[in-house]
Amino acid sequence: MERNVTHIALFTALIAVLGLVPKIDLIAGVPITAQSLGIMLCGTVLGAKRGLLAVLLFVLLVAVGLPLLAGGRGGLGVFVGPSAGYLVGFPLAAFVAGLIVERWSAPIGIAAFAGAFVGGLIVLHTVGIAGMAVVLGKTIPEAAGLALPFLAGDLIKAGIAAGITRGLARVRPGALLSRS
Amino acid sequence: MPTPPMLTLTTPFDTRLHRLPAGGKLGALALITLLLVPQTDLRVIGAAVVATALLYLVQGLRFAGYGAAMLRPLWPFLLVLALWHGWTGAYAAGAAIGGKMLTAVALANLVTMTTRLDDLIAVVEKLAQPLARTGLAPHVLAVAIALVIRFTPVLLGRAGQLIEAWRARSPRRASWRIVLPVTLTALDDAEHVAEALRARGGL
Repeated sequence: MERNVTHIALFTALIAVLGLVPKIDLIAGVPITAQSLGIMLCGTVLGAKRGLLAVLLFVLLVAVGLPLLAGGRGGLGVFVGPSAGYLVGFPLAAFVAGLIVERWSAPIGIAAFAGAFVGGLIVLHTVGIAGMAVVLGKTIPEAAGLALPFLAGDLIKAGIAAGITRGLARVRPGALLSRS
Repeated sequence: MPTPPMLTLTTPFDTRLHRLPAGGKLGALALITLLLVPQTDLRVIGAAVVATALLYLVQGLRFAGYGAAMLRPLWPFLLVLALWHGWTGAYAAGAAIGGKMLTAVALANLVTMTTRLDDLIAVVEKLAQPLARTGLAPHVLAVAIALVIRFTPVLLGRAGQLIEAWRARSPRRASWRIVLPVTLTALDDAEHVAEALRARGGL
């Protein structure tokens, strides 16, 4: 029980940190915020249930006024603004990513990439785009256009999440709660 | 467990609104937002925008400045709205959507800026009481929150160290390679803190 709580809390902190550090390069010369990488890792490393709880805790702390979103944003305003859909999508993305890594017995790198992709790209952006469409009063295709520039970066993040998860499986096999 | 000080989005100075109870402010926010969302009459929306701006200004220019800064992330979306609706000529619809969005976000930010973290956590704990039956003891949530607040600066420091070390060796930005060590730190800290909690009698 203690191990669950500390893993959840530490990964919540990880999501925050990946949003607060200066933009890092995913590929040479392309700076990007790494926060959704943290969301993916919550699922691929902690599994579905703990990953979900870690991201829910993150969303709760943002709501309560901690500046944990990329760029130091936070508070209740982000829940009624255009990015609100993404805040709803974050926990779902982690849950789906974790589910795939837990249930699909493929090698960890492949399963983690699939999880990060389905969760962090398909689920996250579906909900995120729906949210933008509602808040901005646009159709889904119009809102999807706004999300388009970020898809390539998120695809790369899914690959990185897979690489990190696989690296952890080798270096700290016992710590990979999604496959223990 | 007293929460150690961490930078929150509450303003570092007090206003009249700070004295109002958190629950009341949250309830009023929910109600006003629900009433605002279905509005289509530009006069009503315009009135809401003006009223919100006045509410900010009445607390002082310093406060209003903070509020304006918190609204800055919206400008790309307002620009997109202006371009979209300017192109099609549907100015009224664009103004309505933009006005509602600005007002809703500004009012929500107002509650965040004038309510202290401890008061909001108290509200959360009260709302979480029914969850105690499904296995989430309220003090476990409190410990989890305290752990996040305690360890975010620790992990941030670790990430900073790695970025510095990178910069000492390369003129380019740090790459994704720093994420694995930071994640390892998170995992190792999680194990150590769990042991420490168990040694103290568990949760």
